[in-house]
Amino acid sequence: MQNNLFQDQKFRGILYQTLVVGFFALGLYFVINTTAYNLEKRNIATGFGFLNNPAGFDISFSPFLDFKSTDTHLKVYFVGVLNTLLVSFCGCIAATILGFIVGIIRLSSNWLLSRIAYIYVEFTRNTPLLLQIILWYAILIQLPRIKQAPQIWETFYISNRGLFGPKPIFLDGSNIVILSLVLGFIISFFIARWAKKRQDTTGQQFPIFTTNLSIIVFLPLVVFFIMGSPITLEYPVLKGFNFKGGAVIRPEFIAMFLALSIYTAAFISETVRSGILSVTKGQREASGALGLKKNWIMRLIIIPQALRVIVPPLTSQYLNLTKNSSLGIAVGYADLVHGFGGISLNQTGQAIECMAITMATYLLISLTISFFMNIYNRSIQFKEK
Amino acid sequence: MKKLLSIFAVLAFGFSANAGTLDDVKNRGFLKCGVTTGLIGFAAPDDAGNWAGFDVDVCRAVAAAIFGDSSKVEFTTTTGKSRFPTLASGEIDMLARNTTWTLSRDVNLGFEFVGVNYYDGQGFMIPSALGVDDATGLDGATVCIQTGTTTELNLADFFRANGIGYEALPIETNDEARENLFAGRCDVYTTDASGLSATRAQADDPDKWVVLPNIISKEPLGPLVRHGDHQWGDVVRWSLNTLIIAEELGINSSNVDDMKSSNVPEVLRVLGVEGGYGEMLELSNDFAYNIIKQVGNYSESFDRNIGPDTPLGIGRNLNALWTDGGILYAPPFR
Repeated sequence: MQNNLFQDQKFRGILYQTLVVGFFALGLYFVINTTAYNLEKRNIATGFGFLNNPAGFDISFSPFLDFKSTDTHLKVYFVGVLNTLLVSFCGCIAATILGFIVGIIRLSSNWLLSRIAYIYVEFTRNTPLLLQIILWYAILIQLPRIKQAPQIWETFYISNRGLFGPKPIFLDGSNIVILSLVLGFIISFFIARWAKKRQDTTGQQFPIFTTNLSIIVFLPLVVFFIMGSPITLEYPVLKGFNFKGGAVIRPEFIAMFLALSIYTAAFISETVRSGILSVTKGQREASGALGLKKNWIMRLIIIPQALRVIVPPLTSQYLNLTKNSSLGIAVGYADLVHGFGGISLNQTGQAIECMAITMATYLLISLTISFFMNIYNRSIQFKEK
Repeated sequence: MKKLLSIFAVLAFGFSANAGTLDDVKNRGFLKCGVTTGLIGFAAPDDAGNWAGFDVDVCRAVAAAIFGDSSKVEFTTTTGKSRFPTLASGEIDMLARNTTWTLSRDVNLGFEFVGVNYYDGQGFMIPSALGVDDATGLDGATVCIQTGTTTELNLADFFRANGIGYEALPIETNDEARENLFAGRCDVYTTDASGLSATRAQADDPDKWVVLPNIISKEPLGPLVRHGDHQWGDVVRWSLNTLIIAEELGINSSNVDDMKSSNVPEVLRVLGVEGGYGEMLELSNDFAYNIIKQVGNYSESFDRNIGPDTPLGIGRNLNALWTDGGILYAPPFR
């Protein structure tokens, strides 16, 4: 009887799966139990109450929130999340642009260009990212000192404390200018839609690009002068130890941004190359036979089909870049891991809590990226009519 | 299944139970000691790759007490951040890494500070070309700071109390901070005054750097062990005390053999000629003799590593014996 039961494939399947899940649960139980037991035995306090305690330290790199040492660890967390998102977002965009360019160049018939792209890809892909980050930082730190910072038109300054430039100051009435800019974008969007519809039905083309560009540029410009120039610029001035006023991009951010985008772009370029090569030769020849221009073939025929192959691996490159931004600690970039998962963890000693929150946050960010990329992926897939 | 459960139970128990650290160390045959990633004078490998320094000597003293051989130490480098998890996880037996004794570390983190081997305070180091002679003149400066330290908190407090602003550049190790300071990425480096002296000693031209007179905090630095293993804590505590007591009694590495025939009772107790104090610690009775013979007393270690004749050139000041106007004091060896 028992023999028969084991010969039943379905029963065996269920049995094995139950066993696997059971052992996993048991293992998890023992890990948690041991941890809790040891924490208690060593008199290490647990809980999330520390989040509301004042941090006691300062974070200088916080472009979005104003942070003081009297703020809580919870705020440290938000500053960290925003800094992580900032460098990841900028990095993903730059990596995508650079990756597409390099991917296309690698397929170029120009021998020199494609070789250069090849060397770039192999070099960046095959050296550790951490070293690249440290290399960029080591270069940036050798820029001129703050007192000798070279200037461009007394507006931009380059030093090893960052790139300094003017900062826009919004006075009364500036929101109307911004509103007109938004309005310009909305109008452009509808013009583009209308023009596409017209081209689809009548075949007549409309100069979308020049029209929209002038709307986006001139509409706010006219409003700007009508309102009496309500936006002015604040220039950085060297006062005491540092530049006062103006805007600044810190070398820590630049090093992270450059290293992350250049490293990830190498992987993306290979994805792009494989995507383009996946489009059959016949497509290119057929569109050539129709008399399409060379860059049109790329834009209208090759890329849309290649995207179907490119987007899924591109998603995982975005996830990699975001997670790799946690290396910020190597150069003192105050991202989530450095700020909350590092300094807060250290000052409070709540290692498990801080790490759990940090990991959950990365999980959430990654799942969000995947979610939107999956939507985009679905929208470009081949739709059967 | 039952068997499996019991294996798990043993594993879980085995991980958690800390059978005496002293027994573990004795069975292993060497001591695992956590030190800095390199701070000249306190803990840094010399040209031959041997660790030397003021904190290293505490590790060596403990090894001498247990094995009668100060070389039986394995050094593990720790950053300001990794030091506590490394100790808590049992990867090292003790930490001798210019660590400030605070309430929360003593209580909340589950450690036990066994004493103080260096009374320090937080200071500031700047290029002398800046022409600032007081820390309150540092308004708007960029400050390099090691993360995960008490100095980070003191710094915020100091600038807040004086109503001046600054920009913090949090950095992981002393070496990185030094490079950033020398490259001019930051104007100021702040850490314990002893660490500043060490950093200054490593500059190409130490005269181009000044340590400001402001001392903004109390930083009692000392070795620590995991909370709960009192026998082990006692061994480390009395190894440290032996260094101080030896200086009090005038015993040093060169006269320790002659001192065995001294007529001062406490000297005889320390050197194990009289009484069974070593056995109380489950060590040999001559443990203190071994420490003094191989490592020396407190002042020997101080002078060798960080004293006035070294590049660091630190005076005894607070760290002089209580009889010499300092606050260095050890309970009696009795």
